[in-house]
Amino acid sequence: MATGHAEHHHGPATGFTRWLYTTNHKDIGSMYLWFSFAMFLLGGVFALVIRAELFQPGLQFVDPNFFNQMTTMHGLVMVFGAVMPAFVGLANWMIPMMIGAPDMALPRMNNWSFWILPFAFTMLASTLFMEGGAPNFGWTFYAPLSTTYAPASVTFFIFAVHIMGASSIMGSINIIATIQNLRAPGMTYMKMPLFVWTWLITAYLLIAVMPVLAGVVTMMLFDIHFGTSFFSAAGGGDPVLFQHVFWFFGHPEVYIMILPAFGVVSEIIPTFSRKKLFGYDSMVYATSSIAFLSFIVWAHHMFTTGMPLAGELFFMYATMLIAVPTGVKVFNWITTMFRGSISFETPMLFAIAFVVLFTCGGFTGLMLAIAPADFQYHDTYFVVAHFHYVLVPGAVFSIMAAAYYWLPKWTGNMYDETLGKVHFWLSFVGINVLFFPQHFLGLSGMPRRIPDYALQFADFNMISSVGAFLFGFSQLLFMFIVLKTVMGGKKATAQVWEGAEGLEWTLPSPAPYHTFSTPPTVK
Amino acid sequence: MLPSLSIKPTPAVHSGRLRTLAAGFALMFASPALLAEWGINMTEGVTALSAETFSLHMLIFWICVAIGVLVYGVLIYSMIAYRKSKGAVPATFNHNTTAEIIWTVIPFLILIGMAVPSTRVLTQIYDSSDSDLDIMVTGYQWRWQYRYLADDGAEVTFFSNLATPPEQYENYEGSLAAEKGENYLLEVDEPLVIPAGKKVRFLLTSADVIHSWWVPDFSVKKDAIPGFVNESWVRVEQPGLYRGQCTELCGRLHGFMPIVVEVKEQADFDAWYAERQAAAQRISDAATQTFTMEQLMAQGQTVYNTYCMACHQANGQGLPPAFPALTGSAIATGPAADHINIVLNGKQGTAMAAFGTQLSAVDIASVITFERNALGNSVGDMVQPVDIVQAQAQ
Amino acid sequence: MATPTKPSNVNGVDQPYYVPDQSKFPALASLGMGLMVFGLGSMLNDMKADVSSTVSSMMAVLGFAVLGTVLFNWFATQIRENHEGLPGPQLKRSYVLGMYWFIFSEVMFFAAFFGSLYYVRNFSVPWLAGEGDKGVSNMLWEGFQGSWPVISNPNPTLFTNPNESMAWRGFGEALHYLPLWNTILLLSSSVTVHIAHTALKSGNRKQLIGWLGATVLLGIVFLFLQVEEYAEAYSELGLTLNSGIYGSTFFLLTGFHGFHVTLGAFMLGVMWFRALRGHFKPEDHFGFEAASWYWHFVDVVWVGLFCFVYLL
Ligand code: HEA
Ligand code: HEA
Ligand code: HEC
Ligand code: CUA
Ligand SMILES: [Cu+2]
Repeated sequence: MATGHAEHHHGPATGFTRWLYTTNHKDIGSMYLWFSFAMFLLGGVFALVIRAELFQPGLQFVDPNFFNQMTTMHGLVMVFGAVMPAFVGLANWMIPMMIGAPDMALPRMNNWSFWILPFAFTMLASTLFMEGGAPNFGWTFYAPLSTTYAPASVTFFIFAVHIMGASSIMGSINIIATIQNLRAPGMTYMKMPLFVWTWLITAYLLIAVMPVLAGVVTMMLFDIHFGTSFFSAAGGGDPVLFQHVFWFFGHPEVYIMILPAFGVVSEIIPTFSRKKLFGYDSMVYATSSIAFLSFIVWAHHMFTTGMPLAGELFFMYATMLIAVPTGVKVFNWITTMFRGSISFETPMLFAIAFVVLFTCGGFTGLMLAIAPADFQYHDTYFVVAHFHYVLVPGAVFSIMAAAYYWLPKWTGNMYDETLGKVHFWLSFVGINVLFFPQHFLGLSGMPRRIPDYALQFADFNMISSVGAFLFGFSQLLFMFIVLKTVMGGKKATAQVWEGAEGLEWTLPSPAPYHTFSTPPTVK
Repeated sequence: MLPSLSIKPTPAVHSGRLRTLAAGFALMFASPALLAEWGINMTEGVTALSAETFSLHMLIFWICVAIGVLVYGVLIYSMIAYRKSKGAVPATFNHNTTAEIIWTVIPFLILIGMAVPSTRVLTQIYDSSDSDLDIMVTGYQWRWQYRYLADDGAEVTFFSNLATPPEQYENYEGSLAAEKGENYLLEVDEPLVIPAGKKVRFLLTSADVIHSWWVPDFSVKKDAIPGFVNESWVRVEQPGLYRGQCTELCGRLHGFMPIVVEVKEQADFDAWYAERQAAAQRISDAATQTFTMEQLMAQGQTVYNTYCMACHQANGQGLPPAFPALTGSAIATGPAADHINIVLNGKQGTAMAAFGTQLSAVDIASVITFERNALGNSVGDMVQPVDIVQAQAQ
Repeated sequence: MATPTKPSNVNGVDQPYYVPDQSKFPALASLGMGLMVFGLGSMLNDMKADVSSTVSSMMAVLGFAVLGTVLFNWFATQIRENHEGLPGPQLKRSYVLGMYWFIFSEVMFFAAFFGSLYYVRNFSVPWLAGEGDKGVSNMLWEGFQGSWPVISNPNPTLFTNPNESMAWRGFGEALHYLPLWNTILLLSSSVTVHIAHTALKSGNRKQLIGWLGATVLLGIVFLFLQVEEYAEAYSELGLTLNSGIYGSTFFLLTGFHGFHVTLGAFMLGVMWFRALRGHFKPEDHFGFEAASWYWHFVDVVWVGLFCFVYLL
């Protein structure tokens, strides 16, 4: 039955319905990326409220309760709205092109995964305008602050988390099915680009822990509305139970935000070093070990909850172990650069900054893992500094690196290299001015999640706030660069980067709407 | 008294900014002692365990610095030596089993080197046996309650509230309403007092949400969890004042529940304790006395400002819908019995706590009288401590 | 909507992939989902604040209707495409993988509840009762005895004590012990669905319909007995959602399981109708297989429940 319908040679449909009804992995990828950028700005605006309030001691602008709402919404929006969807967007765009597939395995479900998100986040953001205010119990929403003592909007928060979870689970099922099933002939597992590998493992993590998050918010829902006592000692439950279940999700979650970043960096560094990635196999094993370990370290967030000594020790040792496979990755990246032939285009700059600053964040992570020392660090700005170092110059920088790296492939145009470099240096300086002083704040005793602080913390807070505005406004430049590239610019070649390897570079730039409708053969 | 503050307040808000900045950039090169002085490093603290924790911290820090120097060194060397612009030609190797084994095994060994002292220190921290004095620490939104568990039954219990007045921290109108004091946000009306040189065990719990009790100088941070009791302990040799804060997000005024511990020599402590017991006696005796309107209103104002204002606000307008107004409220202007009832027993499922277990009869009577005849209300009646005692008896 | 067609010839080369055309389903399903949860959230909040608003419930019902309609049509389209032979063997493998991983995610959902049960039984309840590392906690709950099932709560005014638990009552009572019957029912339904599958594979439609029908019936009887059990718990044993941690874990575990049985029975019911209509081929019946895997999964969860919630 060879009914070759003409409309199948088509490009995209036109108008808004192209996006609304699409089943195309590239369209869906673009929507994920734009959505995530919008959320990054939103979460960033919340962060700027925080930094503005903390510019000086004293309560300047907002009520402490609103401050707590800002902290909570900032964390939630950045984690679930900005970083995770950005990586899913990259996966959508790149995985089919990298493994020689025509699209994602389940294209309609793919679009469903995306369109859930705007509803989830509209609902979450709408709580800001509700009576009683938005969630104000931190992105970790510890019970009973988030149950008995929560504002009414917690119910919407719970349901938003539920449907975000549904979105993530469907998204990762799609990614796993695509990778397991749609690889071009000859593309064995050990030939897959590392970005594909890291995403495969990330998808496993997601499927394993998003349901647990759904479980814990369901227990909250029942405690709040149906009289159960999971998190209340009066009925035999335990508030700490909440933390165990939450962090069983929460710790793997932070690796969900970094493993795809490892993948991106493992693509970029070899390209601009013009040298094959060093230690491909050990990269794969290291990623798997990190993923495995991530399931048995969760209680390092709970050292001060008074766990029995044996528990503290177990979780301390297990957490420290993660430094080993992560170190392997860092060493491999650097050895890839060693005796390469390096050039410093914007993606490479971001990738190198990633290696440097992520490692910095990793070191502080290791310090936090030492339970007795964590008694001093816990819930201070030292922790805030740690996780922003791994998340912002870590995850976010890798996303920006990826955007610069693949923009020519996506749009067919080269971005403006000079502006890109300006954006990089502004971001690099901004981020360090923003977060480096927070180490000092934390060590000298400033707790996190406070709207006002003792006078000895004034100086560093002021510096940090300046950095925040510098870094924040630099991102408008990023938006400008991307828009400019989308509209036009120097035409990109198919190869784009001299040292790049992989199937995606065999396609013309911009990549046609449908690619690899016939599978390529990989030697 | 010798206040021993590890965290040195800067005299004026932003003086010394340059100095601190410079110190910041010097972090990598400065000696530990210097770091502590500039307020950019962890405090060494005043107990054996806090000193051990500090050296553990410095040990790991320097190990990380060393690894960092190595890693960043190779990175920077590669960036400089193998630039394409300098005509570098890429090598072709992409694998080296020996190197990979080495850089897996060496970090592992380093980690073992860290784990050993950490385990030792942690085990010591966990050993709270054989204490000389037990103190129950209960977190409330947003204050700490200290209860000395005495064998003879004559317990001493009191609350410790933020002492910084709102004029100092509410700067909404743009101008600094009042000069911020030296111990801005780190001062309380009544500090916890403990004897020097004794092993003091803390039993931590909470009346509402999770709080966390942290005094950096003691290197003690432990969560106060409602319905459960956590233990920690401290032995401080050096008398002095030590400050800390609540470190678990506990709601609106989480940033405003400081901790101050006063360590006294045993003799001073004993005297203080005896005085405390006597005061407790006086307070319970007062429950049978009758007070004048002026007395009740004056005391009521103080109690209101300390315990109720956080939610119901200084002017009684509250922060609806979370916290109702008392001005003109049905309960605060209706029958006194209902008013007494809600203050004594609180309201389940809301932030309104049961103050019957927290405040003395005199304080409750005064605050109720105050609420009925101030804040825009003028019911005109008085509530006496005996009314409270009777209501409690039922 | 344009009928999805197979781009079997692109650029003059045959190719095995099938990529569906644009579809309205995903966006509409998201809309339905969004409305439904927003409505549900508002309903719950209304209930808590003791007000009632028809807007909330209408929104929830509308959302549910939209979602249901979309899913129905979505699956119908999927089935039609399958009849037209559009998905190649590769796409079918994707469906299989999708179903596997979906079931795995469900396993993890239950794991959260089983894990919590494990924690309260082995840690928090003993601690509250004065045993183990955090036994000092008992000073707050003097007199609390920590035996499982918890029949007497630390604070019985906040969480009313049940009169009795659902635990195994000894062999003398075995015949009146509903969970035992439920175990037998579900286990045999796993067998019947397996027989139905074998029948399907050997092309025996009559047997397929018979055994599949029996499976659905067993599922329904199971649900009926569970409702019976809940009624008994509420009216006679005083065991409710509000009776402390035992009731909490009991009802959430069995409740979510029951919910999954409902879903599974519904899925099998649909398969039964499809079997009546002659939808399945001996070598191609993924819909049936997916539903039966789901059913086996639900069954395995029950075995776990029976052991950890009822027996041990
Ligand atoms: C992308 C996210 C991300 C990543 C990758 C990490 C990575 C790590 N994190 Fe982090 N973490 C967070 C995000 C992340 N974290 C967040 C969001 C929080 C706070 C949550 C909240 O409370 O709100 C947190 C909090 C947090 C805590 C709890 C602190 C507290 O609340 O008291 C701890 C404690 O152990 C910890 C440890 C670690 C460790 C050991 C790693 C390791 O993976 C790091 C490993 C890397 C290296 C060590 C560097 C490279 C290695 C070498 C060069 C080899 C040689 C090195 C040595 C042998 C030292 N993290
Ligand atoms: C990936 C995650 C991520 C990212 C990218 C960031 C980015 C930033 N975070 Fe992050 N942060 C978290 C995750 C993240 N954060 C988490 C999980 C927490 C813990 C929450 C909790 O305690 O519960 C936290 C907490 C947290 C705190 C502590 C709050 C507290 O304890 O009270 C602070 C304080 O400085 C802070 C600051 C910032 C800043 C300044 C940025 C900047 O990098 C942001 C820069 C971006 C912008 C500023 C956007 C630019 C926008 C504009 C210029 C406006 C344009 C406007 C329009 C077009 C409309 N964050
Ligand atoms: C942590 C916040 C908080 C603090 C502190 C607090 N209250 Fe309340 N109060 C509430 C809330 C919330 C309610 C509403 C309860 C309800 O929903 O009925 C309330 C209600 C009341 C009412 C009834 C008002 C009405 O008309 O409904 C009175 C009277 C009252 N409080 C007195 C006090 C007194 C006296 C104190 C101090 C000793 C105090 N409150 C401290 C939160 C607080
Ligand atoms: Cu109490 Cu924070
Ligand atoms: Cu973690």
